[in-house]
Amino acid sequence: MSGAESLAPGATLNPGVSVLRKFLPLLILAALSLLSMLLAVAIGSVPIPIMDVLAVVQGEGTPLHQTLIIELRAPRALAAFAVGGLLAVAGALMQILLRNPLADPYVLGVSGGAAVGALGAMLWGMGAAVISGSAFAGALLSTFLVFGLAHGSGSWTASRLLLTGVVVASGWGAVITLMLATGPAEKLPGMLYWLMGDLTYARSPWPAVIALVLICLLVVPLGRSLNVLARGPLQAAALGVSVKPLEWSIYVVASLLTAMAVTTAGSIGFVGLVVPHMLRLLLGNDQRLILPACALGGGILLTLADTLARIMIAPEQLPVGVITALLGVPTFLYLLYRSR
Amino acid sequence: MLSTRDLVIDIPERADGVPLTLSVAPGQIWGVLGPNGAGKTTLLHTLAGLRAPRSGQVLLGGKPLPQLKRREVARQLGIVFQERQDGFPATVMETALIGRHPYLSPWQMERAEDLLQARQALERLDLGHLSERQVETLSGGERQRVALATALTQNPTVWLADEPTNHLDLHHQVAVMKLLAAQAADNRAVFLCLHDLNLAARWCTHLLLLYPDGQACWGTAQSQLVPEALEKLYDQPLMSAEINGTRVFVPAD
Repeated sequence: MSGAESLAPGATLNPGVSVLRKFLPLLILAALSLLSMLLAVAIGSVPIPIMDVLAVVQGEGTPLHQTLIIELRAPRALAAFAVGGLLAVAGALMQILLRNPLADPYVLGVSGGAAVGALGAMLWGMGAAVISGSAFAGALLSTFLVFGLAHGSGSWTASRLLLTGVVVASGWGAVITLMLATGPAEKLPGMLYWLMGDLTYARSPWPAVIALVLICLLVVPLGRSLNVLARGPLQAAALGVSVKPLEWSIYVVASLLTAMAVTTAGSIGFVGLVVPHMLRLLLGNDQRLILPACALGGGILLTLADTLARIMIAPEQLPVGVITALLGVPTFLYLLYRSR
Repeated sequence: MLSTRDLVIDIPERADGVPLTLSVAPGQIWGVLGPNGAGKTTLLHTLAGLRAPRSGQVLLGGKPLPQLKRREVARQLGIVFQERQDGFPATVMETALIGRHPYLSPWQMERAEDLLQARQALERLDLGHLSERQVETLSGGERQRVALATALTQNPTVWLADEPTNHLDLHHQVAVMKLLAAQAADNRAVFLCLHDLNLAARWCTHLLLLYPDGQACWGTAQSQLVPEALEKLYDQPLMSAEINGTRVFVPAD
């Protein structure tokens, strides 16, 4: 029995060994991440053998392969990885903040604001850079709107924040529908693709990658406080956590991560909701492990999904959000079924 | 160790009543008695610094609570809540281990001695065999003991407990009171809300009677266990007798 084993004195009096065992899943996920990146750059309209990919990584290989990998596929794969990681971490943070398993990065209206910004820019016929900037501005506007309204008269609870966010999100939803209904027909496909998530226009992966690395460095020292916060705000305060500042930081950080992800790739649903839960079912609920695991797991899921989106109906491309849902739903349901 | 100065707890739409000025010394076990809604839980949360008082001060080690960092408070003062939010799944061992949170720096993992302390706390509350179980699969009484084990792992010098014998069977009620008495004997201060007059009479050294209108009186257990005062407190006639030197109360018609 596992209970009896873990009670054996040797097992827990050697914390070094158990720490290593505990964080082993991260090493496995990191290896899988590398593998998914390799696959993403190797697969496509022109398949590149893995040996040739490795040659390009070392600065060799044919000019065609170099162009394909360094200028086209690698930036897109990195962007997919970073966006997936950001969404999964943001989802895990929101679930702790709201103590609600249904919370995801979009539930508080961040993506709605971003979508209104992006679609508005598209309707005005702006270029990709303006669309991105407008999406980011919309996401921030929505964040501060919800923040301000939920704060209101001073008293504040997780359920008040959730309710404010959900209502603001449905407000944005109505505006989006209005834009789609009244917009010119030739612009609709682009707008719909943006709404379902699309990495075609993700030119520079670096802002998202840097944000992902920074958040991983930030959440590791905060992990234990988050573990305590998951037990409820009163218990957390009784154990020495400054609850309000921590909650507001989580809210702002998770919103910023979501804004960054949405700006890079449009609104990709499902990753932020399902990846944290999948990993919790597999790895338990220690945030020091779960949050970095989400960064890697979300990245892997979206990298693979985007690779499939590129090749499934090539030369046409599918919105990546379709693939994340098609991959994620059965995997999640299987894990949930097995855990009972 | 824990004291109050002219403390009035903040219960909406209630008159101030009697301001509390009392001092809980090491070795003492204080029991708070009062009917539902008298403000026992609010008082306990105010003493822990989780709620602001309407007026007056709570002092821990002579310093007003707002001047102390939450982390410092958490190293000295532990509280067992009546209501618990077991929001996310966690094992019994993980739950007990969060009691070490105030002692660890952000980058630190739990050390061997933290694990040892958590394991000893679980053993002390008869939970050793359940340490790998998920908390939400346990019974109400077992969860109550997990909460106590978490506080024991926290190793506070001031214990606050909100009806710590709730949900417990008779044996574990006595075991918990003995545990708290042992904490008091180890020079710690204990302050609990209780509904059971007989547990209060048997174990508490001091009592605070809290009336729903904000009135209050306090003193040694001996001085407070007056049947007339208790009958007025609960609005319930009582019968009392003495068994082996301990007062026993039972409700009369």
